[in-house]
Amino acid sequence: MPFITVENLEYAYPAHEDGGEAFTALRGVSLSVEEGEFVAVLGHNGSGKSTLARCLNATLTPTAGRVSVGGLDASDEANTFEIRRLVGMVFQNPDNQIVASVVEEDVAFAPENLGVPPPEIRRRVDAALRTVGMYEYREHAPHLLSGGQKQRVAIAGVLAMAPRCIVFDEPTAMLDPRGREDVIGIIRKLRDENGVTIVLITHHMDETLGCDRVYVMNGGKIEVSGTPSEVFTQVERLRSIGIDAPETVSLLYGLRLAGVDVPLSALTPDECAAAVADAYGKRVSPADSAD
Amino acid sequence: MLRDITLGQYFPGNTIVHRLDPRTKLALTVCYMVALFAARTWSGYAFMLAVLISAVAASRINGKTLLKSLKPILFIIIFTVVLNVFFTAGDDVLAHFWIFKITKQGLVGAAQMMLRLTMLIAGTFLLTYTTSPLALTDGIESILKPLAKIHFPAHVLAMMMSIALRFIPTLIEETDKIMSAQKARGADFESGGLVKRAKALLPILVPLFVSAFRRADELAEAMESRCYRGGEGRTRMKTLVMRPRDWVALAAGAAVISAVYALFRRLP
Repeated sequence: MPFITVENLEYAYPAHEDGGEAFTALRGVSLSVEEGEFVAVLGHNGSGKSTLARCLNATLTPTAGRVSVGGLDASDEANTFEIRRLVGMVFQNPDNQIVASVVEEDVAFAPENLGVPPPEIRRRVDAALRTVGMYEYREHAPHLLSGGQKQRVAIAGVLAMAPRCIVFDEPTAMLDPRGREDVIGIIRKLRDENGVTIVLITHHMDETLGCDRVYVMNGGKIEVSGTPSEVFTQVERLRSIGIDAPETVSLLYGLRLAGVDVPLSALTPDECAAAVADAYGKRVSPADSAD
Repeated sequence: MLRDITLGQYFPGNTIVHRLDPRTKLALTVCYMVALFAARTWSGYAFMLAVLISAVAASRINGKTLLKSLKPILFIIIFTVVLNVFFTAGDDVLAHFWIFKITKQGLVGAAQMMLRLTMLIAGTFLLTYTTSPLALTDGIESILKPLAKIHFPAHVLAMMMSIALRFIPTLIEETDKIMSAQKARGADFESGGLVKRAKALLPILVPLFVSAFRRADELAEAMESRCYRGGEGRTRMKTLVMRPRDWVALAAGAAVISAVYALFRRLP
């Protein structure tokens, strides 16, 4: 049984008191996330991906359909707390999710809320800060850190809760390239070394490299889904909903249009380079490229 | 320019005064205030001054810094002194003009009031100079905790204080940004009279408030995602512990109060 199951999920933001109209953000979304999987959700602004994220940890209650996390029904309020413990959330703006004015106090916030005994909190905080490489900064004030460092503190804050899954809602949207690289590196490390299930919501194609499954959202529905090579090779379909294929696939697609026989499924820069070299008959043997 | 504002005025250190539990320091500050207002004789003031000076010395806070901190309230001190000099009733009239009489009692009262206020403020500043705002918040929460039984929201109050402290630098940074953005489009914050300058600040406050509300919304969501549900069932990573030195300090505070009541209460 998958860790997270979403069936025909619909969500409508209620009409605003001052005259704003009700807005349906999700129109029948179904997906599943297996334990230990790295799932990417792509979509341009307003496609409903952030709403979907908020339904996964019971921040929003579905208007219709069903979300279940680890066998618990997210519509049942009695499960809200347990679901939030199982599924951590990292948000876009690092400034607005840091609660305390000292790094380690902030990381301790979630376990303190859970009523974990103090020595265990200390242990979790230190371990979480080491995982994200911010242990040396444990006594710093968060507002003096860079954006990428703040986001790493936010990740540690969620990790200290010991969740089984972490949902990242565009965690790199406000970071510089360096900070983005750090954060994406940590996300991969969490999956590979700590076995945490990852749901990454983003509109940066290159951040999804190495994930197990991709869902592309458009207008509150899942438009395309499958493994990265299944999804990203549908270049025209992706373009029609305003999403660019990864640079590697775009290059291969261009070459194919120009009449060069290359496969579209070479996603990483290395695979892509090999595919292009193959097509031009100048493949360098691995032994030669080693030095 | 806004960046230079120091908030909380905490000077980190590792002296005995710094290491005392924040609750002890709050209690000692109250003891000090009670003793200061109980003292009625000159020798009593001298005694309290000695207490203050020894506390300052133990905290290794620069005396000059402490005196400088009195500057903003200089006006209040002068005002109280003037009021005391002219409006104290007494028989020993030294000078007399129109409806004003300057009496010996008035002069003495004014001098004592000045000493009292200066020492009061210096003493409370010593508390904030040697205690981090965070420790102070924790201390207040812990002291107010018993009041939760009569539904006093001690935890909520402490949480509000610590979030306010956390966001002060963030909002200052934001104000700076908004001001720069508006200066770049020709806004003028530096010239004109008081009214004109105050009016120029309005276009800063509106976007600042809008963004503060948006931040509050997002923070609430992030806190809920991290399983926040109020103070019930919450533990703390660092719990406050009363050590022997805290009990010694409290005993000293009690001794000061008793000494003042025993020796320096005689009315002049």
